[in-house]
Amino acid sequence: MIALEHVTFRYAEMEMRFDVHFPTASFTAVIGPSGGGKSTLLNLIAGFEAPQAGRVLIDGMDVTALPPDQRPVSMIFQDNNVFAHLDLRQNVALGVSPSLRLDAVQKARVDAALAEVGLAALVHRKPGEVSGGERQRVAVARALVRDRPVLLLDEPFAALGPALRRDMLDLVRTMQKARRLTVVMVTHQPEDALAAASHTAFLENGRIVALRPTAELFAAEDMPGLKAYLGSASFASHKEGDWSVLS
Amino acid sequence: MITYQPSRAPAYAALALLGLALAAGFLPVLRMGLEQGFTGLDPYVFRVLRFTLLQAGLSTLLSLALGLPLARALARQASFPGRALLLRLLNLPLALPAIVVIIGVIEVYGARGWFGGVFDIYGLQGILLAHVFFNVPLAARLILSDLERIPAESWKLSAQLGLGPLAIWRLVEWPAIRSGIAGAALLIFLLCAASFAVVLTLGGGPRATTLEVAIYQSLRSDFDPQRAAMLSLVQLALCATLALIAQGFGGLAAGWPVLHLQPKRYDGRSSTARLVDSGIVLLALLLLLPPLAALIGAGVLHISPTALLLRALVTSLGLGAASAALAFAIAWPLAVLAVRSEAWRRIASIAVLTAWIVPPAALATGWFISLIAYAGVSGLAAFLVIAMNALMSLPFVARVLMPALSHSAEAHDRLCLSLGLSGWNRFRLVELPVMKRAIGLSLVMALILSLGDLTAISLFGTQDFVTLPALIYRQMGSYRFDAAIGTALVLGLLVLAFSTLAERWSDTR
Repeated sequence: MIALEHVTFRYAEMEMRFDVHFPTASFTAVIGPSGGGKSTLLNLIAGFEAPQAGRVLIDGMDVTALPPDQRPVSMIFQDNNVFAHLDLRQNVALGVSPSLRLDAVQKARVDAALAEVGLAALVHRKPGEVSGGERQRVAVARALVRDRPVLLLDEPFAALGPALRRDMLDLVRTMQKARRLTVVMVTHQPEDALAAASHTAFLENGRIVALRPTAELFAAEDMPGLKAYLGSASFASHKEGDWSVLS
Repeated sequence: MITYQPSRAPAYAALALLGLALAAGFLPVLRMGLEQGFTGLDPYVFRVLRFTLLQAGLSTLLSLALGLPLARALARQASFPGRALLLRLLNLPLALPAIVVIIGVIEVYGARGWFGGVFDIYGLQGILLAHVFFNVPLAARLILSDLERIPAESWKLSAQLGLGPLAIWRLVEWPAIRSGIAGAALLIFLLCAASFAVVLTLGGGPRATTLEVAIYQSLRSDFDPQRAAMLSLVQLALCATLALIAQGFGGLAAGWPVLHLQPKRYDGRSSTARLVDSGIVLLALLLLLPPLAALIGAGVLHISPTALLLRALVTSLGLGAASAALAFAIAWPLAVLAVRSEAWRRIASIAVLTAWIVPPAALATGWFISLIAYAGVSGLAAFLVIAMNALMSLPFVARVLMPALSHSAEAHDRLCLSLGLSGWNRFRLVELPVMKRAIGLSLVMALILSLGDLTAISLFGTQDFVTLPALIYRQMGSYRFDAAIGTALVLGLLVLAFSTLAERWSDTR
């Protein structure tokens, strides 16, 4: 479980306040306007930003003062998830050992993860020689070998086409279910949330305005900010995973 | 598809002008050199060549040895007090004229300076010290800008994976700066190999002289054009090779340094890391501050607005303005074509390097030989200085104009095509207002380079034709060091005023 208790974070003119729980093995999407604090929320959980006040707890442990590598967290970014001069296997192996010296068991784990995300044939390629979707798969494989209970996704598939994005979401969803990961995913695409997240949070001006079951949130009539963010498109009639009628 | 085609006539005119300057400089030197054959390549020439390579090589090594850790320290410690000030201080040696810095160095380390007698400032040590003063900041800025281009996600990833300093160096920092370091090393080597003012003032005799200075001496003191031509050929071969290789590494003119927004880093928080980094910053300050402090401290006591100083000031500004205008007039039409055509981009990138491929002293030797046959040089001195300075500032001017022009081409070409807007009207109505800052910046950079020039004015100057750097050198030579410091401070402040302007213009784009 991830808990942010009375967390305050000031950046420039904006003061953000988060008081929120993400239950163990839940999949939560975070939507909201740019600059509202979505990435900051993930950065606070991952340890890339330190709050001015409040506590961050993961599985009951206070991690507020811990550096990023000592938190039980993996994070996947929109891009630059890989080092361009290392091949795909080395990039995944970094999740096991920063020195890249692996024993036989560790090597097997790396190769298993690469196979699980469908990159078994490309392990010796450099990131520049594979597609954008395949590069993101490397990041997923690295998260697999790191085997941390929390997975944070910061608009991870925004640069991919619809079909690829859906494949990647399925991959993460399968992984989340199999390993009972707690996933928080920032996205701009309502359909991503509808397809993968049981719950969705709407975040605006540094506050979580609402955190509800995904379909319920998109059908909500009580939040003018959400309506303005989504525009005229209505998702009220779409079931989870309904891809046929999008915006 | 129909695309916007700028007129080519001005570019051909610019190329013709460059071709003329090059031919007048190169052909006589080549002829005179070939006439001598290998007999001209005597031990003296080889000794000078060896010293040129030795001092340039050592200067490059030393500059990188301090510049690299300094860049890393500045990148890693993104928020120590005074960091912004330090970055501005690093810009200073890039803008200050060599002769001004040399005066400060002598005031500190010279026989009668603050640390007088610690070591002899004249000779190899002095040359290295001055070159390191200029090039540590240059190396640090070049490497720092590469480090700052590392994406924020890489730092987050390193922090999440728990990479230590060694792993970060191996996996993140080194891959990002590797090719940049090679380019920086070449650039510094080239600058030091062609360095004139430093070697002229601190070289101290025939033992410690470089090709560039030896050419000047053969030409102006020994009146030996044969030897000058031979030395010029060697210098030309050396510099042309280096310049063309360096250009392949991403360009010589590093543009005006800009303060970037730093991505947040999570490493370097340990006390060891902080201690090491502060030690390196302190070392850099110890190198940079004393000469500047000495210059200001001693300079304010000795500023005296004599008629000679005022005349030199006016001459400097006049020559600077003229050569900036000439450099702009040559670079603009080439850049206009270069941003729209790959072939012209290649032509322009070589053309603007004229004075780097054929270094000034070699070019001057040719011009001398060409002109002596007709009228002599004294009547033409001003024009030759203007031309030489314009040629030397071309790469910088082009480097500033190209990105802005490329942007303008992308934004306005189709509209201009549909409105029939071209040539002078387009320049007046579109580029001039849109590129005000870039155009101003390019002119100011050319002006600054020309204000600090000692090479061209030494090669062509006469008793009555004196710029500020020439006046400083003359005052040094006639044992009026106090007066030289005063003049150096005036020149330093003048350049500083213009570079502050340049910095402001380069900041917002």
